[in-house]
Amino acid sequence: MVELVIKALFMLLVMMGAFLPLITWVERKQAALMQDRIGANRADLGGIRAIGLLHPAADVLKLLTKEDVVPAGANRVLHLLAPVISIVPAIITLAVIPFGGIYTYGETKLNLVIADIDWGMLYVFAVGSIATYGAVIAGWASNNNWSLLGSMRASAQMISYEVTMGLSVVGLFMALGTLRLPEMVYAQDATFRVLGFLEHFGLFETLPAWLSWITLPSWGIFLQPFGFILFLTCIMAENKRPPFSAPEGESEIVAGYHTEYSGMRFGLFYTAEFLEVPVIGALVATLFLGGWSIPWLPQETLLGVLVPVAGEGFGTTLCLILHVLTFLLKVVVLVWLQMAIRWTLPAFRYDQIMDLCWKIILPLSIANIFVTGLFILVVEGLR
Amino acid sequence: MLAEFNGVLLMLAIALLVAAGMLTGHRLLGPSRRFDEKLEPFECGEKQIVSPHQRFSVKFYLVAMLFVIFDLEAVFFLPYGALFRELGWFGFGAISVFTVPLVVGLLYEWKKGALEW
Repeated sequence: MVELVIKALFMLLVMMGAFLPLITWVERKQAALMQDRIGANRADLGGIRAIGLLHPAADVLKLLTKEDVVPAGANRVLHLLAPVISIVPAIITLAVIPFGGIYTYGETKLNLVIADIDWGMLYVFAVGSIATYGAVIAGWASNNNWSLLGSMRASAQMISYEVTMGLSVVGLFMALGTLRLPEMVYAQDATFRVLGFLEHFGLFETLPAWLSWITLPSWGIFLQPFGFILFLTCIMAENKRPPFSAPEGESEIVAGYHTEYSGMRFGLFYTAEFLEVPVIGALVATLFLGGWSIPWLPQETLLGVLVPVAGEGFGTTLCLILHVLTFLLKVVVLVWLQMAIRWTLPAFRYDQIMDLCWKIILPLSIANIFVTGLFILVVEGLR
Repeated sequence: MLAEFNGVLLMLAIALLVAAGMLTGHRLLGPSRRFDEKLEPFECGEKQIVSPHQRFSVKFYLVAMLFVIFDLEAVFFLPYGALFRELGWFGFGAISVFTVPLVVGLLYEWKKGALEW
């Protein structure tokens, strides 16, 4: 139980304590950088501006001291419930994401995931679909036309991309053969020979020696490069941040489903949206970038080096720390990628968003499943 | 068996606490100066003319129906993906038979214009 609480607190401290405030800062700083202007640097504490790092704290203070306005005619219970429903999925998704492997200390095993559920990915999809309710209820409960329009857009967009999100990773499950996230990372904690599949055709021996030695980590992104692009697109559309920001559409429908929200009630929507950025980063890193695994250095190899040098307990701990740092580094890279996409592309029109989902990503992800299946069955069947 | 859900319950409790804490802090720290005009729903500076609680475009219902069909398909695909190697060619044939009507259905909806916005 103590172990569980420590793991949960660690995950929360990293995601909500470090990533969340930093991302609200990075968002503005990167926007400033990409638009060639001076970014957030106004918040100061006795003359200290600290390159705008005080802005997250200023945001929280400002949101907390604003008036809590519930519009006339609104459903007061649902109006209060909607932001809570928005933020809960973002936090509880973290429960199944492994931030380290399984380490043995004598008799005890330390598994660095909060809840090691057999069907972890199904849980991720199920929890992700709860977020839709937050947006829909917010718009419905507000008694405002703009809110309702925004929530209708949000619901249609989110349920559409949920379908394709599920279908676009099936190819990865076929390659890794499991739905349990810690197992998926262990399956990726290895290397494969890039041209190794030629072995099944009896052509591998004819290759020059240097070609046959090229290896890649068996990460999802190398096994399923196409699935990676499809999944990243879908999960970014789920988060409703630009370029998929039609549900908020600030140039058309005021602020969409959270038009009638002020103070911390709005703050919860804002927190959920920003928290989802590192959560998406962690999920995509686990599925496609090998989670905590260090490329070309599987856990046994690393332990084999560290344990004789640093001793049993200390060596394992060192390995654990290296793995957690690798995981966080991958999350940072994916957060940066999302920020770069968000500030590079202009917002899509609503019909473009829906066309992309139903007419492009859906057929492509079904095709991806069948091409992956045929490839694996044919190549492995020749053995 | 159910012990693995302790972590989920713990995270759920923390999430609810975070949300409740933020909302309570806001209630305590925020001012409260209410008057009728402030409580009016926002409508570009005008009084609200049309109530939002009325019928809206049928397109959204259509998307919801498509979602039910294709999300069920996705749910069937997930365990198939995980058991793909054990099932081999038999599973592949079965899932092909399962997918063909759905793809035909998708093409039909497409041609009928259900996917146009």
